[in-house]
Amino acid sequence: MLALLMAVLTVVFLVIGTLSPVPAAVYYAGGKNLLRASSTPQAAVDNLAVDLKQRAWENAYNSLANKAEFTEPQFVQDMTGNTLSLRTFADLENYEVRPLHASADDAEMTLKLRWSTVVGPFETSRDLHVVRNGDHWAVDWPLVKIPSVPPQVIPVNYLRWDVIYRGPGDEWGAQDVQSPRIRIVDMHPVSRAEGVVVMGELLNEDIVPAYVTVSATLLRKDGSAIAREGSFDMIAHTLLPKQVTPFSIVFPNADISEVGAIHMDPQSVLVSASADPVVEIQNQKFDPGPGASLSGQLSNQSGQTVNIAHVLTTFYNKNGQLVWVAGQYVDRALLPQTPVDFTVPVPQDLAKQVSTERTIVSNYSSGNSL
Amino acid sequence: MIAKKAGRLLGIALALAPLAGAQNSNMTVPATIEAGSAFSIPTTGSGQGVLYIVGPAQALRRDVQLGVAVQFAAGDLYNAGHYVALLVEGSSTDTAQFDVTPKSQPDTLSFFAEPSRVPVGLHNGISGTVYAFDTYHNLITSPLSVSFQLAGISGTPLARTVTTRDGVAWTAIDSASKQGSAKFIVQANGITTTRVIAEVPGDPCGLTISAHPDGQNLTVETAPIHDCSGNPIPDGTVVTFTESYNGMQSTVDVPVKQDVARVDMPAHPGATISVASGVVAGNEIRWGGGR
Repeated sequence: MLALLMAVLTVVFLVIGTLSPVPAAVYYAGGKNLLRASSTPQAAVDNLAVDLKQRAWENAYNSLANKAEFTEPQFVQDMTGNTLSLRTFADLENYEVRPLHASADDAEMTLKLRWSTVVGPFETSRDLHVVRNGDHWAVDWPLVKIPSVPPQVIPVNYLRWDVIYRGPGDEWGAQDVQSPRIRIVDMHPVSRAEGVVVMGELLNEDIVPAYVTVSATLLRKDGSAIAREGSFDMIAHTLLPKQVTPFSIVFPNADISEVGAIHMDPQSVLVSASADPVVEIQNQKFDPGPGASLSGQLSNQSGQTVNIAHVLTTFYNKNGQLVWVAGQYVDRALLPQTPVDFTVPVPQDLAKQVSTERTIVSNYSSGNSL
Repeated sequence: MIAKKAGRLLGIALALAPLAGAQNSNMTVPATIEAGSAFSIPTTGSGQGVLYIVGPAQALRRDVQLGVAVQFAAGDLYNAGHYVALLVEGSSTDTAQFDVTPKSQPDTLSFFAEPSRVPVGLHNGISGTVYAFDTYHNLITSPLSVSFQLAGISGTPLARTVTTRDGVAWTAIDSASKQGSAKFIVQANGITTTRVIAEVPGDPCGLTISAHPDGQNLTVETAPIHDCSGNPIPDGTVVTFTESYNGMQSTVDVPVKQDVARVDMPAHPGATISVASGVVAGNEIRWGGGR
């Protein structure tokens, strides 16, 4: 009897689902029924965002009011970048539309796009002008044109280090190349809502490049271990001679009142590396808030494109003591001599302590191992 | 393979050992034998027997005519250690023990020199440890005089003589004040082994910058950078330039090239430009809006 009832209910639900599917189900199945008629400014922006989420570039481009001002490839480049970067494989996770102003024929709206990437989410924002066109509304897309670097030859003669390690056939006791000498020059634990955060700075004291990592172990007062964590990507792993990197290690759910000591474990390995590219961090300005952040521009001084850049900033108080370490990936590639904006968020409760900061850029270029 | 064979023979020896006692034969084994040297084991009695020699890493078996000395040629027994000899004749076994000692003359010196790079002027910054081995790779445990010598590109070589203890000798030597590749040589009984130690510059000393206008930019460059002993800082060393202006800041990490680090930065009137390398800070200059 129960089996018969279950079978009947299954058939009924299948019929209902087929005849009247919920919009979200259609959307996730690849359909477009989330799109509504663009009868309002909000609906026009919503429809555009849905097309962007589905990477339906042609639909999105065709829906724009000002599409005559640029080509579809330019629009796609604006969304995905014209060079390998975090944007290339980013997926639009969700979006938010905020109306700013509206009249009978036009409206101003802010579209906040939240993208997901392999290194975490990032958010972009565009202020949109939406115009009425007969019985429907369409978006004037504020295209950000990707500058192209003029053809040229840029001589690069920075140093490059290659490493030859001892071979398996060498005699016992044969000399090998030493790991680089590194030193933690600053360390500061803080208690945060997410747990204990151990921050600091690491110096490569040697004359050769180092691949570095830092791990920390929280110890109770009786010496037993509470937890061990590593800095993961909150550190510049490749350090040139005399270069300093900040690091940050998070211990989720740890209570600093239980911590009696912290054992730091910096590790270094000698690696092949290049002193190129050099990235200048220009016009850094700290905004204490609300919405505290450090913003500025990255300028690639070299001829090699930096595909992924990670900005790491150490914030100090007026006594020069470390207050916070923050990082932010840059979603666009750094083309030679082409500044790209960045913003590093700072916890609002710490912002009033910040007096100075020091920023470095950890970078990745396709074709380079490091 | 040898150890497996030795283990098997040791098993035989242990099985035969309880039978020792009802001896019709006998042997005379030297108390010590130098590794690799020829030796003989005289036996008494008559008839045929089997002689086993079992050690930690080597085992020998000989069919013997009792009453005749058993001859071992040079190189037959070469692994140093404590050995058991068993002469088996029918149901009787004669056992004896002896030591094989390393040769007194070293053949190879395994030399551990640390580190491969060391800053100049570091007290006891270079350490050397030597293990002396004979021709058959036995560690020579008898005292042996070993000399260490560190020869840089300039100055008098530093030399030490150390006697090995339990086969090991070590020393620590200060690094020189001048950069360059130093030869760290160890010598014992005419055997020499050499390692190369890179004596490298220390931290920058007296880091100073100057700036001059270049169009809309300032070219900021350091004076030739040296450590406190006057050694030039190697290429690739990172120097950080920081320009502060109107509540904003620009920074750039620049590698040293041919003793100098150089960068172009925007020329902001009233800007303050500072320099640092690692934990060493340099001077600070203020750009006065023009010159």
